[in-house]
Amino acid sequence: MVKKTVRIMTGNDACSEAAIVAGCRFFAGYPITPASEIAEVCSQLLPKVGGKFIQMEDEIGSMGAIIGASLAGTKSMTATSGPGFSLMQENLGVAVICEIPCVVVDVMRVGPSSGIATTPSQGDFMQSRWGTHGDHPIIVLVPSTVREVYDLTIRAFNLAEKYRTPVILLSDAVIGHMSEKIEIPDNSEIEIVNRKKPTVSIKKYLPYSTDESKVPQMASFGDGYIWYTTSIIHDETGFPATAEPKTATQLIDRLHEKIEDNLEDIIQVEKYLIDDADIVLIACGSVARSAHSAVDKAREEGIKVGLLRPLTLWPFPENEIIKNKKDKKLFIVCEMNRRQIYHKVKEVVGGNLPVKYVNEYNGKLITPQEILSKIEEEI
Amino acid sequence: MTEAVHVIDRFMRTNHLPHIWCPGCGNGIVINALIRAIDNAKLKKEEVVVAAGIGCSGRAAGYLNFCGFQPTHGRAIPFGTGVKIANPDLKVIVITGDGDCTSIGGNHFIHAARRNIDLTVIVFNNSNYGMTGGQYSPTTPLGAKTSTSPYGHIEDSFDICELAKTAGATYIARSSTYHIVLTIRYLEKAIKHKGFSVVEVICACPTLFGRFNKLGDATQMMLQQKEQAIQFKKAQKMSSEDLKDKIIIGELYENIQKPEYTDAYQKVIDKAQKEEN
Repeated sequence: MVKKTVRIMTGNDACSEAAIVAGCRFFAGYPITPASEIAEVCSQLLPKVGGKFIQMEDEIGSMGAIIGASLAGTKSMTATSGPGFSLMQENLGVAVICEIPCVVVDVMRVGPSSGIATTPSQGDFMQSRWGTHGDHPIIVLVPSTVREVYDLTIRAFNLAEKYRTPVILLSDAVIGHMSEKIEIPDNSEIEIVNRKKPTVSIKKYLPYSTDESKVPQMASFGDGYIWYTTSIIHDETGFPATAEPKTATQLIDRLHEKIEDNLEDIIQVEKYLIDDADIVLIACGSVARSAHSAVDKAREEGIKVGLLRPLTLWPFPENEIIKNKKDKKLFIVCEMNRRQIYHKVKEVVGGNLPVKYVNEYNGKLITPQEILSKIEEEI
Repeated sequence: MTEAVHVIDRFMRTNHLPHIWCPGCGNGIVINALIRAIDNAKLKKEEVVVAAGIGCSGRAAGYLNFCGFQPTHGRAIPFGTGVKIANPDLKVIVITGDGDCTSIGGNHFIHAARRNIDLTVIVFNNSNYGMTGGQYSPTTPLGAKTSTSPYGHIEDSFDICELAKTAGATYIARSSTYHIVLTIRYLEKAIKHKGFSVVEVICACPTLFGRFNKLGDATQMMLQQKEQAIQFKKAQKMSSEDLKDKIIIGELYENIQKPEYTDAYQKVIDKAQKEEN
């Protein structure tokens, strides 16, 4: 029988512990509320498994250091909140264009700017998608429970390694600080993915040449392969190639296609009582907990409501929404921001179906009652 | 085959030459010195990683036949920090310019120095931002003309070596492209040093800084380096008035006592694992 461990832990603690299970052996970060505990636990646990922790001078340096460690073959992570996430955007772009696997945790708090440090928000939904400049793909995962923080942290590392991309885990002040009883799976039950190593000789290795997977094999600095990478548009040799527009198109297209060709693998959504529902709530993260309760309460009143909960926020689960819009009367997007995903849902649903919203962006959680009131108002 | 060709063959990506730098630029002299220093230090090319910033000097990493990368402006030090901590067996060399290192990357520079992490930082100091058209940098002298100080510069400049020393670096030297033998010697010592080492190399930018300030051509600018240079030992006996407009060259500081960061962290690992058992 597989051993199961039951523990009470916070989302932030679950994130650190899961990262180590996923194979993370390097953490670089900078203190910030409400994410600091992730760094604290990593500083305690990483050296026990031979891993390394460093508190950098700022979030720009933290993001740089985790990319450097990953280049040397070490799975790496950083964790922050909105203000620090803003600073990381610059080097997040390096991880995208140089295709360096790494995990960035953003425990969201109210913004803009310093905002409210201690209260939850989902104000970084769009920043996680478009924060770094230029055309780029990104994978963003949003947990709703402490157990899901654990599972999605491991999944974030696996996706980062598989697709050679940064993966963002969007937690928030509630999920990060909330304690829940969770059943920790035995390590033998957990799938761990590692980046593809070069199968060609040192002489023949081209760092950005790819097969049909469009994901290049990755040597590590120090393992004998001599290779170069740059944040400048580069060709398959890794060297700057800015003179030929075709090279830029090819690189930027491939960066997108390696993600877009694998949407089924990357996108996870949870559907709750969707099939017969007239009204579909769309919510993720901590808000999905209230939305889930609102569905139950509405059903008690005989109103057919369901919940569609993206665990993968980006790439956006467009097809899941399109597939489930048939026979529906209304979508309601519930989010702790000023309608960031609402517009995306509207775009996907099209003009024929109404899309409504429930929002808070002041540090207050959205309650099940608020969502229920909106449902009652709309029927 | 002469010795010189041999070093270039081994340590440079000759198929990427000619380089992009202007005629008379000092950068080529510095990478020439660097590959000789690496050779003198008897490093294998598989042991070296070069991290470069953005700017004219940053392009040097691409011409060197080691594992290398050029991330974002000013950030080569934190990227190099990650590489070094993940694999302390690697020799990480950071190539940076005066603007890259002490303006946008200034915070990373002083904190890496404070940690005494084993990185060798080579600062190509040409007193301005060459790549973007000759704007003033943190090492542009007071009064100098640049494309953003057309009426003369009104800010004081950084002394990069003093900054490094105050911040905690444990090997610091300054040279110039004229003093090529010294540059090779200091770079070799910096590479062999266990800890944060900084070698500042005064480098001519005749195309922009030289032209804006009527300093003559590349040869004349290098002769000025010769004329302005004062050896560190000699400078200690001179008054600040006498040292005005001089460049102090030499090995300015060395401390082999201070623990190096990755060594210190290994002790953290040992302690954490001992407590675990």
